Amino acid sequence: MSAESVLSHPGNIHPNAFTQAQLEWLPWLEPLPEAELTERHFEGLVDASRAKSPYFRLLARDPDILGARTRTDKDIFYNPEAGLPRTERELSAAAASRYNGCIYCASVHARFASHFSQRTEDVQRLLDDGAKADLGERWNAIVEASVALSATPSVFGAEHVAQLRAQGLDDLAIADVVHGAAFFNWANRLMLSLGEPQQPAGD
Amino acid sequence: MNAIVSSPFASAVPDVIDRLVGIEPGSHLDRIRAHREQARTHAQQSYLALFAPTPPVFGNFEIADRFAVAAFVAGLHGHADVARFYADALVAQGARAGVADAIAIEVQRGAAQGPYGRYPAGPLSVEDASGPSYAVSDARRAVLGERLSAALAHAHLLVFHPRDASAAALQSLLDAGWTSTEIVTLSQLVAFLAFQIRVVAGLRALAQRPVTLVD
Repeated sequence: MSAESVLSHPGNIHPNAFTQAQLEWLPWLEPLPEAELTERHFEGLVDASRAKSPYFRLLARDPDILGARTRTDKDIFYNPEAGLPRTERELSAAAASRYNGCIYCASVHARFASHFSQRTEDVQRLLDDGAKADLGERWNAIVEASVALSATPSVFGAEHVAQLRAQGLDDLAIADVVHGAAFFNWANRLMLSLGEPQQPAGD
Repeated sequence: MNAIVSSPFASAVPDVIDRLVGIEPGSHLDRIRAHREQARTHAQQSYLALFAPTPPVFGNFEIADRFAVAAFVAGLHGHADVARFYADALVAQGARAGVADAIAIEVQRGAAQGPYGRYPAGPLSVEDASGPSYAVSDARRAVLGERLSAALAHAHLLVFHPRDASAAALQSLLDAGWTSTEIVTLSQLVAFLAFQIRVVAGLRALAQRPVTLVD
């Protein structure tokens, strides 16, 4: 057996509240060194710039699942064709992350939701108060659906579909809510379990 | 080019999400999924990368063990059809004697409702929620072995209380014989299933509703 052991970060200031500030992330297992990345690893990273990220170089240890995951992620959130506006795809991601307790994931996608909606204070209320925050009927319906789907076992059902329809979402938009929240049940579990968030010094 | 896409095995495996939702070619949900063709394709490629990986495979996480973890994780998610799909797959993979039965019993023992867990001490501590801490029973540990038993304990953590995750939990896996690379694959497998099972649940709920056509 190998003599591998986990990485520790005794000096890290672990953020203890949800925030829209930019956080860093520190791995608990050794990422691949940049110099050891092969063509297959770069195929998994998709964007060569991700070789600078310890998170992606750690996931690159299994490059094929990383590559398939990244391509799934990009289509769910970036495909501009119809469906749910980008803002609200980010809202579904932020809501799932808030509910599961992933401070790092929530920070990234709360920032995106704020950026695209310009509703920074509403997004902050989601971070501060969680799913019970009143963000207006349409956002409430998206948050409630995302949270219901994120429960284990999931409690998402016909009533959530009906609520989303009542807010004007068509079936493609509802499928986008489902995929946005479902994807963050994937991402949250990796981010939470393979390393820890870091509050940048001086914040 | 993506090596997985060109694998002859890949095209022979039906789309798992379509199968579990019951999506027929040409149906309304088929057209909905076609609007996000890359997400659909790569959700399936993710399944294949985990359960039918292209050689050379990184690490030594055996396929039978992957399906054992998957059957456990799918069982914990409480959707009968999805659980049956992975339980059947475990048997079809030629699981060692007693493994499928042991997994079925551990699914019952591991049942819980998530997410629960603790936050770093501070303003979020008021939201700390307690829940079971799971380990394979001694009787099944003898059947499943230390390595697979450690994987199930970690899978339970990821499924129900991921915010309790810690470097110590990963050290337990290393101590049970998992390498860093194999831990990455294990983590992806559990986390992917948390996604796939929710897509199935969400699309099924959508399918149950009378449809107002959008396309």
